[in-house]
This record gives sequence, C-alpha cells and structure tokens, in this order.
Amino acid sequence: MSATAVHSLWTMAGGVTSAAPDEKFKAPVIEYTQLTPVLIVIGVAVLGVLVEAFVPRRARYYTQVFLAVAALVAAFAAVIGLAAAGYGTTKAHIAAMGAIAVDGPALFLQGTILLTSLVAVFTFAERRLDPESHGSRVDSFAAQAASVPGSDSEKAAVKAGFTTTEVFPLLLFAVAGMLVFPAANDLLTLFVALEVFSLPLYLLCAVARRKRLMSQEAAVKYFLLGAFSSAFLLFGIALLYGYAGSVSYAQIATVVDGSIQQIDPALADTMGNDVLLLIGGAMILTGLLFKVGAVPFHMWTPDVYQGAPTPVTGFMAAATKVAAFGALLRLLYVVLPGLTWDLRPVMWGIAIVTMVGGAIVAITQTDIKRLLAYSSIAHAGFILAGVIAATPQGISSVLFYLATYSFVTVGAFAVVTLVRDAGGEATHLSKWAGLGRRSPLVAAVFAVFLLAFAGIPLTSGFSGKFAVFKAAAEGGASGLVVVGVISSAIAAFFYIRVIVLMFFSEPKADGPTVAVPSPLTMTTIAVGVAVTLVLGLAPQYFLDLASQAGVFVR
Amino acid sequence: MNPVNYLYLAALLFTIGAAGVLIRRNAIVVFMCVELMLNACNLAFVTFSRMHGNLDGQIIAFFTMVVAAAEVVVGLAIIVSLFRSRHSASVDDASLMKL
Repeated sequence: MSATAVHSLWTMAGGVTSAAPDEKFKAPVIEYTQLTPVLIVIGVAVLGVLVEAFVPRRARYYTQVFLAVAALVAAFAAVIGLAAAGYGTTKAHIAAMGAIAVDGPALFLQGTILLTSLVAVFTFAERRLDPESHGSRVDSFAAQAASVPGSDSEKAAVKAGFTTTEVFPLLLFAVAGMLVFPAANDLLTLFVALEVFSLPLYLLCAVARRKRLMSQEAAVKYFLLGAFSSAFLLFGIALLYGYAGSVSYAQIATVVDGSIQQIDPALADTMGNDVLLLIGGAMILTGLLFKVGAVPFHMWTPDVYQGAPTPVTGFMAAATKVAAFGALLRLLYVVLPGLTWDLRPVMWGIAIVTMVGGAIVAITQTDIKRLLAYSSIAHAGFILAGVIAATPQGISSVLFYLATYSFVTVGAFAVVTLVRDAGGEATHLSKWAGLGRRSPLVAAVFAVFLLAFAGIPLTSGFSGKFAVFKAAAEGGASGLVVVGVISSAIAAFFYIRVIVLMFFSEPKADGPTVAVPSPLTMTTIAVGVAVTLVLGLAPQYFLDLASQAGVFVR
Repeated sequence: MNPVNYLYLAALLFTIGAAGVLIRRNAIVVFMCVELMLNACNLAFVTFSRMHGNLDGQIIAFFTMVVAAAEVVVGLAIIVSLFRSRHSASVDDASLMKL
C-alpha cells in the first residue's frame, strides 16, 4: 500500500468525525451480573490488600482465610447460578462488548477452577504441620518474604511470629486471572488475563518458609521463562492483529476462513499474507503450550514444582492447567478452526513427545515433587490428544479430564506436605520407603491418588483417560491413542514403583514422620479422595454435564 | 515511508531480545531483553494499527506498557531477593535443583 493511501485512512477518518459532531460517544454495555464470579474474586482480593494495610497483625490470618474462602464459595455459587439460568447452554453469548464469552466451557472450567482453588486454600491455611516457633503456629510461608534467609532480620521476624498473610490476596488475584483466561474472547483479554494470573504465581513461588533458596530459585526461573513465553504470545497476537485487523476472536475467525463481508484495502493487503497468520498462530500456541507444560516448552515445570512451597505447587499444577487448556481449546476451536489441518502435524508431534517424554523422564526421578511434575507433563500430553480430536466429544472429554485431574493433583500435593523430617518436607523418594508400615492411612490415600494418575479402573483417572482417548480415536487420531496407551503403561510403572516402595520395603530408622494435619488439610485430602472415587465409580452424571457444557459460543 | 519497514524493525528488535534472553547470564540483563521483546511487540501493534486505520493496536500498546510495568515490579522484587540471599544475579549460579 502506498504512503498516501495509508495517510488518507487517517485524514479521511478525521474528516468524517468532524462532519458529524452530533454523533455521541457511546458508553460500552457491560453485563455485570454475568461477570459476577470474576468480579467477586477480584473485589475480595482488593479487600484483602486493604486488610493487610489496616487490620492488626494478630487478626489478619483469620480475616484473610475467611475472606478467601467466602469469596471462592460465593463465586462458585454465582457460576452455578449462571449455569442454572441457562448461560451454559441456550443463553450462551458474548458479554462485555465482545471481551468475555459466557458459555458452557467457560462456566464449567470456572467452576472447576473455583472448587480446586477452594480446596487449595485449605492447604495454604494449614498451620499444624511445622512445629510451633516461639509459641506461634506457622504455615508453609516465610515469616517475612523480604528478609534474607538465615539473616538476623529473618530471625527477628520469626521470633515476632510474623506470617505472610499476603498469600491469600495473591491467590485470589491469580484465581481471578484464571477465571477470565478460558473465557477470554479477544486476544487482548487473553494476554491481560495471562499476566494477571501469572504474576501472583511468580511471587507465591518465592515465599517458602523452609528451603527458601530453592524457592527463590524456582521463582526466578519461572518468572524469566514465563515472561519470555508471554512475550512470544504477545508478538503472536500482534501478527494475528496485523493479519485480521482486529483482536476479536469472531472477527479473526471470519478472516481466517474467508467468510468476511467487508474488506477494506488494508485488510485485503494483509489477508493475503499467510506468513502473518501461520507465524502468529504458532507463536500464540507457543505461549499457551508453555503454560500447560507441553514438551518442548516444559523446562520450567520440574524446577518450579520442586522449589515452590508445596501448597502453591498443588494449586498451580491444578488450576493453571485447567485455565490454560481452556484458553487453548477456545483458541483452536473458535479462532483457528480454519487452520486445523495446517496445525495438525505440529500438534500431533507435540502431543506425542509430551506423552512419551514426560513418562520416560519421570522414571529416573528421585524426588517426589519432581516425579509429580513429570507426571503432570505426561498428563498434559494425554489432554492434548483430546484437544486435537477436533470434535464436540473432544471438548467435553477434555473438560472432564481437567476436572478429574485437578482434584487428584491438589490431593496428592496435600499428602506430600504431611511427610516431614527435621528439614521440612521429606521429598526424597528414599525417605518414603516403608511409609505404608508406619502410617498405613496416609500411604493408602497417596496410593489412591497414584492409581488415579496411572489411570487404573475405578478411579477418576481411568474414566478421564478413557473419555479423552475415545474422543481422539473417533476424531481420527488413532495413532495418538496407541502412543497414549503405551506411555500410560510406562507411566504406570513409576507410579506403581512408588506404591511398592511405600508398602513393601522396610522403613528406615531415621525415616520421616507423618504430621497430623488440622481439619483443613484433612478436608483437602478427603475431597480429593472422594472426587477420585466418585468420578471413577459413577462418572456418567459428570460426563453428561461436560458434554452439555461442551459447546463454544462464537 | 512504507510502514512495512517498521515491521521489519519490530521483528529485528524481537529477535535481538530473544537472542539476549538465551545468551546473557545475568538475570537483570535477561529481564531487560524480555522488555525489549515486549517493546518490539508494541512497535508491531502501532504499525499494524496505522496500516489498518483502526485504533485497536494503539490501545493494546498502552495495555502492554501497563503489563510490562507490573512485570518489572514483580520481576525486580524476585531478582533482588535472589541477589540478596546469594550475592549473585547469575542465572547459572541458581542451580540447586539440577537433576
């Protein structure tokens, strides 16, 4: 396009506005009632910041825990209310001037994120695992995150009985971002939501009470790689915006499949340039696949899962994955269905290396948190197999799998917080030897979670995996199913190995002790076990729910 | 001047930033390279906005600036706390968790 033509776009537009001074600026219409889940969580998070500023230190912990739990329960009630009013099915539409979709997948995933966050908050609030220090109960978070580990200022903070109650507002901000992420209906909202949930997570990783050097290291790695990947996402957004002249999902979809009605000269110029579309789409996918931890972009996962405080790891592993897969599904099904065939080989390759790579590397791990991290990578591969299916069953099976997986993950990491020695959590696998003899109940519960991860029948892992593989096979991806089943078998090996280690080897004399938790962590673990068994024994109701919810609004 | 030239410049800046992230070893410098990548995105947004004659891209550039500022706050807090406990901001030194 020539320079004068470009210039005329601006001068002409200016002329038109000055010619019609009567035309008033129209205020945007925002459907506040349909956005209540997000608004409640953000509002209470802001309130939590004020609590930090104004409430006396003694009362902060109880105030923050109460606020966080109340916010998540209220937001979940709001999601249920919206779903009951039909916004998930018949009344599904796009709210807030095209920025947010209120539809089945969005509500289903928001409900899942809120419930997992609710049980994760209980592990955040747990204060009976560590021995009391200077007469006050402490949780998993540093007395004062700003003080250098081992310094005098840290000792003074511990002695004064400080606790980092800021973790609760941070968690709520992260949840708010995660609620928007799978519902985002334009690329700008997608990017802002990504940052809103990532930034609090970077901070949460850095504030462990024990092993803080590792925790800070995890935070730096997560932050640098996360910022790197979000820069890729943003450049991809810029290229797609350049291709379609808009960041709205609907508009981009019409430009991609060529059904757009009005084409101005500038759009005609960029529309013909497939390089913008292909590179832009690939870069956005890179950003999202980083967040789900798929294999070429998984480097951060083991280090961050190991270094972060275990309650944060559980929350992050479950809720981030749900949110990121929601956004990935919406992007592939709403924005880029026209690219399905171009992306298919790439997505196949990523799914295969993710499943196989995660399962194989997990075998060599000696740390329980790293092992669960690689297992989460393998699970990301299984979910990707369902994402690739490109059928309505693909969507609903992925929704169901995410619901099953997130509760198992939060529960498993909650059990990891219980097994402790003098240095805090005993995460080395050799310490877990003979745990089943010493505390059969904890070992049995952990075995249930491991069997669910492995996908043994009668657990939720089996029904989830079955749904995903069935959808993938029907969607023409039988090759993926074969690879998936083989890597499930490999993965089952190291899950069973941990079970054998717990039950059939002699406990060591200097082994770890199992802390008796307060009812908070007990609730988390009990909910995890209950969901695992219910979704394993009677999954039909929830499968129906997921398939009702599995239609994206366009 | 043809606006496409600015796109080439944006791609070049983005590549310099990405290469810097991969090559440099100081966490602060790595972080500055990420900021360079975000600014390259801004340049691309503004250029496309000019080409298409709508304002979306310019608005997005503002959002990107706000996000980048928030990221600086969080990032510097994390990097400074790492530096204070280790007296080094090198990303190679942070290797407690190697396999």
